[in-house]
Amino acid sequence: MENKGLNKVDLIFEKIEPKEVLIKAFKMSSAEIIQNILDSGLKGRGGAGFPTGLKWKYTAAEKSSEKYIVCNADEGEPGTFKDREILERVSDKVHGGMAIAGKAIGAKMGIVYLRGEYRYMLLKLMIELDSFHKMIKEIGYDFNIEYRMGSGAYICGEESALFESIEGKRGEPRNKPPYPTVSGVFDKPTSINNVETLVTAMMIIQHGAKNFTQYGTKDSRGSKVFSVSGDTPTPGIFELELGMSVQQFVNVFGDGDTKAVQVGGASGFCVPRKKFAETIIGFEGVPTGGSMMLFNSSRSMYNVLHNYLDFFTEESCGQCTPCRVGCQQLLKGVEKVKKGEAKPTYLNELMKLADSMKIAAKCGLGQSVGNAFKSIVGNFREEIIY
Amino acid sequence: MINLLINDQKVSVQAGTTVLAAAKKLKINIPTLCNHDDLCVAGNCRVCIVEQKGARTLIASCATPASEGMDIHTNTLKVRNARKHIVELLLSEHRADCTKCYKNQNCELQSLANEFAFGDHIFLDLVEDHKYNIDRSSPSFIKDDSKCIRCQRCVRTCSELQYISAIAVSNKGAQMKISSFNNRPMSHVVCTNCGQCVNRCPTGALVEKTYIDQVWDAIYDPDKHVVVQTAPAVRVALGEDLGYDPGERVTGKMVNALRQLGFSSVLDTDFTADLTIMEEGTELLVRLKKALVDGDKKVSLPMFTSCSPGWIKFIEHKYPEFLPNLSTCKSPQQMFGVLAKTYYAKKRNIDPSKIVSVSIMPCTAKKFEADRPEMRASGFKDVDFVLTTRELAVMIKQAGLDFRNLEEAKYDSIMGDSTGAGVIFGATGGVMEAALRTAYEIVTGREVPFGNLNITPVRGMDGVKEATVKIEGCVDAWKFLEGAELKVAIAHGLVNANKIMKLVREGKAPYHFIEIMACPGGCIGGGGQPIPTNMQIRKNRMKAIYAEDEHMVLRKSHENPEVIAIYKEFLEKPNSHKSHELLHTHYIERDNY
Repeated sequence: MENKGLNKVDLIFEKIEPKEVLIKAFKMSSAEIIQNILDSGLKGRGGAGFPTGLKWKYTAAEKSSEKYIVCNADEGEPGTFKDREILERVSDKVHGGMAIAGKAIGAKMGIVYLRGEYRYMLLKLMIELDSFHKMIKEIGYDFNIEYRMGSGAYICGEESALFESIEGKRGEPRNKPPYPTVSGVFDKPTSINNVETLVTAMMIIQHGAKNFTQYGTKDSRGSKVFSVSGDTPTPGIFELELGMSVQQFVNVFGDGDTKAVQVGGASGFCVPRKKFAETIIGFEGVPTGGSMMLFNSSRSMYNVLHNYLDFFTEESCGQCTPCRVGCQQLLKGVEKVKKGEAKPTYLNELMKLADSMKIAAKCGLGQSVGNAFKSIVGNFREEIIY
Repeated sequence: MINLLINDQKVSVQAGTTVLAAAKKLKINIPTLCNHDDLCVAGNCRVCIVEQKGARTLIASCATPASEGMDIHTNTLKVRNARKHIVELLLSEHRADCTKCYKNQNCELQSLANEFAFGDHIFLDLVEDHKYNIDRSSPSFIKDDSKCIRCQRCVRTCSELQYISAIAVSNKGAQMKISSFNNRPMSHVVCTNCGQCVNRCPTGALVEKTYIDQVWDAIYDPDKHVVVQTAPAVRVALGEDLGYDPGERVTGKMVNALRQLGFSSVLDTDFTADLTIMEEGTELLVRLKKALVDGDKKVSLPMFTSCSPGWIKFIEHKYPEFLPNLSTCKSPQQMFGVLAKTYYAKKRNIDPSKIVSVSIMPCTAKKFEADRPEMRASGFKDVDFVLTTRELAVMIKQAGLDFRNLEEAKYDSIMGDSTGAGVIFGATGGVMEAALRTAYEIVTGREVPFGNLNITPVRGMDGVKEATVKIEGCVDAWKFLEGAELKVAIAHGLVNANKIMKLVREGKAPYHFIEIMACPGGCIGGGGQPIPTNMQIRKNRMKAIYAEDEHMVLRKSHENPEVIAIYKEFLEKPNSHKSHELLHTHYIERDNY
């Protein structure tokens, strides 16, 4: 497997003149912008990793007088805090990425769906948005951005639940198809992109696709911002080139006693020490929206798992059976096994249930509960039982 | 057309067809639970998952449109395992006291359990972990959250079909549940008691409140004289709960069965349906005269029918400013109730305090209506107990009657005679048709100008129907109506009622008379009718109603000999002082939250 090693990159927070990039993008055709993003191989930075260029291409191909760019700033994955930093430090680039995306797909409206807990930065963002609007009007953009606040539900980070929430409804995922590119917010063609994705796209326009592709691996182009937390002497935000192994990551960020790394938050995968070297952080190995939680040997993986399951049991929207009831069963099941009220072999039934949830749940939330469950129980079975 | 493969069989369907429907075309059965023909797609129970070649996950066949080249398999190991898990999960959060449950053997979850989850439980019982509420506050139905599997059929029914949303989803995750506004008891929210949710609940989470035991007690009480009335729509649906196909008429057998159950007198709501036509038809003509001849600007037109207690509660909550437009007539059930304890008691020489009045209704809202304080004009509670069609079927089974082999019997007298006009009250448009048959004849002295008295424009399943009847050749007393065009409209299902009421509120409704029934299809689709329900079942029942009408000798309300007699002996004339005292009422404004 390709291994690029651990390299720090300065792209997202790089000082640039947003106006220049926006002027450059304004002179490009929709197809040119999309081609640039396609060539860059950029994949969504929220975690799911859908190719951004394709998303824009599909949305651009839809015939509709009303289209939307939605910026998903409902950063709710446990252990992720990079979008907060990006919005605090380079909101112009977020707004700029939206304007460029709007130009690419033919949308005049952008909506930022901001995590409820980030309300404290709304005033500053609104002020910055005002001057941003003025600037793009001067260039000639016909584009407007609005902010909508979330209210703290994790599920509203799921794209279609997010649309429902924007529309003032209960945040529940929709049936797909139709996909957002065809029918998104207000049932209009919508490209919904993560905060970081939009900034990265803007930087690709700035530096060109070629510059971007020199970073990362074939499956995971470029760099991304990591939120490092847990048992580490250096918690915080770090922009790193994609394509390093967990071992290389731990060598830099670990405290010398790292037992496991949870890559991708509660919905991601737990990598145990014995697999550090062979596991690449990226779409070819363990994908992540940025969350990197390190655990040292003082931590009980049962407590870690219990915490995640507790979280999912509460944060499931509750509409579909596998997720609503499945999460409760996984939680209650490991509790019973721990207490000795259920046989250790009951974990085998729960592993099968986790498999069913992965393929039968309605949305990404329910489908990814099994990731953490299977990787923690699979690698730390003794800690769950004893 | 879209071509796809399901279990290696080719099928072509129109764009937009779901995988589930495509499979149905091939006679491949995919189990479902949250899916219902009358409602929008939910895709949340996941029971109908199937495998699509090349897809990362299984897909919900009810929610996924067929697309070109799809390769679907409905019975792979992956599908079977996941489906079994899903049914087991549902069972783990469902209080499965099946043998004690009112829905035992008519429960969709139970059927699925029989197919997929027999034997040991895989998962832990979750029911004990939750504090479940059993809401018995409504006089019409019981909402038992411990049996709820969150399919949201009730939620969709209440919003899509009835425009009420008395119940909605609240909370999330493990705490997600179906609740009323602010968790108030169902008796204290905007709920019309229509029971459409009860009709569509796949489990026993929503069931009618039964009064079967109270009725048995009354029957076996030697001191009591128990009269029973049967609503028009019951006779075309009761059979479904007793092994007949939808749309079979069992009127005669039902009358015999009721007699065998021990009711003192088996009478017919159709009689008071005819009476309603006399009272309501007269009321309409009086209002028209006041408006057209006397120039009275305060007359409330259009006039609305008032037979459907679900609709009454709807207008009380949602459009109270139009309460004066309601006909003041009580519903046939309540007219019957009050007359049973006055006219009937007098004629049969029975102490009215000894009379127990029972009604068999296709309706759950009628239970609420019978409890209304307005419904005590006889000096007693006019109707003591209301049973649904389903409850009657239960009583017949309890009594061990061999229903299929019962002789056909006739209703008792008095208040047992009826006409075809009374029968068609059971279908949407029926009250209108019955009213027109009588009113037109009063005004012109001739029968309505429709072949065989069948006023087809007001019939059928369209949500909103309109018709215009030109009045020509009036008799002297009604000369002022000469040449007038009587404009009428009909709506069934409260979402359609709301459409008409919006027009009325905006002043855009050109109608004189509007019939509204709360339930889709009218009473034949009522909340107390046999489960399941769908459009085809309702159409079959509707056909049966009109067949019943065609088979009657008398088909106009004013020709009912017992109606003629009651006016002669007791009420004097329609809208008389006595009529107003007993048969008319006024309703009240209620909060819209």
